[in-house]
Amino acid sequence: MNLDPTLRDTVLATVPSLRAFAISLSGNVDRADDLVQETLLRALANIDSFQPGTNMSAWLFTILRNLFRSEYRKRRREVEDAEGHYAETLKSLPEQTSRVEFREFHTALVKLPTDQREALILVGASGFSYEEAAEICGCAVGTIKSRVNRARTRLAQLLSIDNANDFGPDLTTRTVLAGNDR
Amino acid sequence: MDDHDRKDEPPDNTIPMDTRQTTTKRGKGGGLGRDVQAKIGQQLRSYYDGLIEPTPDRFVDLLRELDKPGGKGSANEP
Repeated sequence: MNLDPTLRDTVLATVPSLRAFAISLSGNVDRADDLVQETLLRALANIDSFQPGTNMSAWLFTILRNLFRSEYRKRRREVEDAEGHYAETLKSLPEQTSRVEFREFHTALVKLPTDQREALILVGASGFSYEEAAEICGCAVGTIKSRVNRARTRLAQLLSIDNANDFGPDLTTRTVLAGNDR
Repeated sequence: MDDHDRKDEPPDNTIPMDTRQTTTKRGKGGGLGRDVQAKIGQQLRSYYDGLIEPTPDRFVDLLRELDKPGGKGSANEP
């Protein structure tokens, strides 16, 4: 196979974000790495169907998302890493990112239905437009917007972010309170 | 659940009224205030950034291997 070096560099440059998307979907670094590997194999096997000048990143995210969804259907009840222990295995979790905050957010995120979670991440973190996210997820733009809104509303509840609370208890206090509820 | 239900907590009166009015303004989309949306957005990006690592070597090696003449990627080629 002769892969255009520019194309290869573009693929490699997309991997960190693609992998972050895979981790946030699957909640597990090993599964995410398998998903990324499978995505790269599929992408390169079908590289001729990629139209130069179009969005390589969106193309790779689409492949990974579809792989995850088909795998997800097969392993629906598999337990996700709800506590975010995998975070410990990440090498470069920045110092300024509090691990407590990271875990708290992850725990809330994995409680969202998959369709809401993927929409929120694509639009809110991976840097895609609503239109691109709709294309990646194979649905209407309005559907993506509504999923993102529902995801935000649910996250606000789960993370106890409300209008008054914005200036209320700090994260540590909220974490303690959340712990008492369990 | 213990005796102290957080729902029974009194509203936080330390917040000035004018600020509260601003923060309770509803967004036109999902019914969340704009500041709540901003806060969630910021937490989401911070979470996602925490997941970003340099491309692991296995993927660099994989692409190199696939690209090699006679590598895995050439298996189906004549």
